[in-house]
Amino acid sequence: MASPIAWRIATVGTIRDETPTVRSFTLGLPDWPGHRPGQHVDLRLTAEDGYSVERSYSIASEPERRGEIDLTVERIEDGEVSAFLHDVVEPGDRLEVRGPIGGYFVWEAPLGGPLLLVAGGSGVVPLMAILRHRRRTGSHVPTRLLSSSRHAEEIIYRDELDALAAAGDGLEVIHTLTRSQPTGWAGYARRIDDRMLAEVLEPLGVSARVYICGPTALVEVAANAMVRLGLPPDRVRTERFGPTGT
Amino acid sequence: MIDHSHDPSMERELDGNALAGMLETLFGSDMTAVPGRCAHCSTVNMVGAMRAYTGGPGAVLRCPACDEVVLRLVVTAEATYLDARGAAYLRLSRR
Repeated sequence: MASPIAWRIATVGTIRDETPTVRSFTLGLPDWPGHRPGQHVDLRLTAEDGYSVERSYSIASEPERRGEIDLTVERIEDGEVSAFLHDVVEPGDRLEVRGPIGGYFVWEAPLGGPLLLVAGGSGVVPLMAILRHRRRTGSHVPTRLLSSSRHAEEIIYRDELDALAAAGDGLEVIHTLTRSQPTGWAGYARRIDDRMLAEVLEPLGVSARVYICGPTALVEVAANAMVRLGLPPDRVRTERFGPTGT
Repeated sequence: MIDHSHDPSMERELDGNALAGMLETLFGSDMTAVPGRCAHCSTVNMVGAMRAYTGGPGAVLRCPACDEVVLRLVVTAEATYLDARGAAYLRLSRR
């Protein structure tokens, strides 16, 4: 019997720069079984001498797109896999992936809301799959995305987020810039903290479903704040990422 | 608040989502949404919500409530070792 997460060969399609250090890769997967927004894939690189390394990457695209997925990957200094993807991979190259993987950090339109999404840096990637799916299914679930970036030029998907928020279907996007802010910046200008989370959650109320993805320290702050604000722990889903993959 | 930003052990702290592929290979279905009861403090958490430490030779999942070890997983060339004595149970749905 074939494993439900057998390794497959993906063909690299378009490659797009999202920020100076973040790129999106479209991977063609003709027999892709479909995924749930929030799931990830494992990507495996094998050298000619047999040395092999695996990393997990969140799927950025919505499941309504068939036969291909997008991965958005930040180039990590001395990151074996991300550096290869950024510096070496070209359209037409083949990569080994397995997935979709995960069932915990997942949101689909029938689950409903209200929905609070909290992202630190490239933690926005699985949340973007949720937002693209929400849009494609015509969901009007009240949704707020709080996204933390260091500098304005490091905001991933900035234009697309602006466009999604302008659609008037109940999505609001709130940015905080923690290191530098452009002149006239009216948004938050500090790291995510309890007071910010309380303000962002307030219009949604404590019945919100919450998805938090980012570096461990940010996830801890946000998840603990949610519980203190009165949300049941089982409605707060978290995904931590760090410099090491599996 | 303790600043863990330069603590290498904290840097390696992820969560059960990071072991999803390894666990699904072992069990044949997704494990991150599977609830498990900690044998030490009896708290029930989904595997995806448990703390994962992947920096050592194997992977360790710890209870987010009491920090005790729930699962240890070591994959060698020959076999996979699963030490589950820290889990009172894992509830795998049949549906």
